[in-house]
Amino acid sequence: MKKLNRRSFIKGGLATTAAAMVVKEKTSAASGDFDNYPEGMGVIVDLTRCVGCRSCEAACNKEQDLPEPAVPFDDFSVFDHMHHGEKRRTDETAYTVVNRYDTPEIDHPLFRKIQCNHCNEPACLTSCFVNAYTKTPEGAVIYNAKVCVGCRTCMVACPFYIPTFKYSSAFTPRIMKCIFCYDTRLKNGQPPACVEACPQEALTFGRRKDVLKIGKQRIRETPGKYVDHIYGEHEVGGTAWMYLSSVPFDKVGFDTHVPKEPIINSVKEFLAMVPMVLTIWPGLFVGFHLLATRKDKVKEMEKEAELKKAKENDEKEEQV
Amino acid sequence: MLRRKTIMRTALALTTGAILFAPGQLLSMEAEDAPETVTIDSLASLYEPVEFNHLMHVDYASCAECHHHTTGVKVADPNCIRCHANTPEGDDVTCVGCHEADRFGKKYLAELDNPVLYHIDKPGLKGAYHLNCIGCHQIIDGPTGCTDCHAMTEAGEKRFNTGEYAPKGGAVSESHH
Ligand code: SF4
Ligand code: SF4
Ligand code: SF4
Repeated sequence: MKKLNRRSFIKGGLATTAAAMVVKEKTSAASGDFDNYPEGMGVIVDLTRCVGCRSCEAACNKEQDLPEPAVPFDDFSVFDHMHHGEKRRTDETAYTVVNRYDTPEIDHPLFRKIQCNHCNEPACLTSCFVNAYTKTPEGAVIYNAKVCVGCRTCMVACPFYIPTFKYSSAFTPRIMKCIFCYDTRLKNGQPPACVEACPQEALTFGRRKDVLKIGKQRIRETPGKYVDHIYGEHEVGGTAWMYLSSVPFDKVGFDTHVPKEPIINSVKEFLAMVPMVLTIWPGLFVGFHLLATRKDKVKEMEKEAELKKAKENDEKEEQV
Repeated sequence: MLRRKTIMRTALALTTGAILFAPGQLLSMEAEDAPETVTIDSLASLYEPVEFNHLMHVDYASCAECHHHTTGVKVADPNCIRCHANTPEGDDVTCVGCHEADRFGKKYLAELDNPVLYHIDKPGLKGAYHLNCIGCHQIIDGPTGCTDCHAMTEAGEKRFNTGEYAPKGGAVSESHH
């Protein structure tokens, strides 16, 4: 089934008319029209409130029907585990993880929850040339597993390293990432499972513009408690999930070098090329490389996998 | 010292709503008037209810530190004083009287739309409990672990993949601290 889709997609990509169509869609997506969703929902994550209880992780696991964890969710030794010198990251078994940061600035640790930030202008969406991603009016960035070809462009494009993949087989790739509980909750006007589970109300859910106002009120009315910045208000063009912190954001694992404008603006030219590149796969991977070097660190492993994939694709093409 | 007759008045669950006090108390309420224990069970599902020893906590904090401006005791927070410097005892001093249980439900979010509303960021009931309790416990070294205050239920063990429901064949928690 998938195999067929993939083949016919590649064939379709060869046709100039089809390519032109994709270009058109791409342009409208890239032009920053997501402000059309002023009623979109958001969450403000207050690091000063989070106590690292992992209730959000447990709730997400059940809500999204994810696999049993390796250790219980009330096991706090996970905060000490490092993987290749890095703290835990989201993957195909966990759409959200909490990490602990011991900062010299304050006498107690801070905890930071990670999940998809549901960007206003998502790089994953704009970089995807089969339009597998959608930004819904409610604010969620969701995906359609049926059209995904598993090229991993979104994975490389996302400034926050969020999308991951599950490969049941080489031909049924499936993007795995937080979907803002869109299917089960958000679209019915309910808060996400993690928000509902949080005992500390470290996660405040509401319309993005309203939670932004709440964040600003907290900064204004408790002087000295927070750094005067809301991460995600402007980063990468604004994100639905935003953060308040009592220490500078780079001290608690945030990338403070992401551009203030949508990622798409810096890769627009490359992306306009993408449909044409469909006929020349090697060129596509030069593009991947451009994207990859824009970010400061990309796993060696991923590159290898891409190369392997490229080879596979080349072979595939020869067969077609 | 303590006036037992009023202490014993009630140990109402907070869910059941207002704890009513005799009319005519226009000024501040005395700590001794408060219930000895309060069963906090309105949100209990993953955890057992909390038997909150109110009497003991009276020694640790002034009424206003938890009840804000509702007991007629002067509030300390400069933000609150702006409007509540002389607010008398309210009709309702319970947590749920002000803190919405369904904080992120459609209905309450719509109420927050009121453009003249100042309190746009009032924690919900669960947030109010935990922020207040844990916030203070962190400062005075009180208990802060989840199960220090409420034991986990079976539903909780399922949710957290712990106890009976711990992952099979994996290293299992020695957790807390
Ligand atoms: S955080 Fe990454 S995956 Fe999530 S919407 Fe933004 S670009 Fe896409
Ligand atoms: S919004 Fe839903 S999918 Fe995303 S981290 Fe929270 S519970 Fe998981
Ligand atoms: S549930 Fe809330 S307090 Fe607990 S780890 Fe998650 S965000 Fe932090």
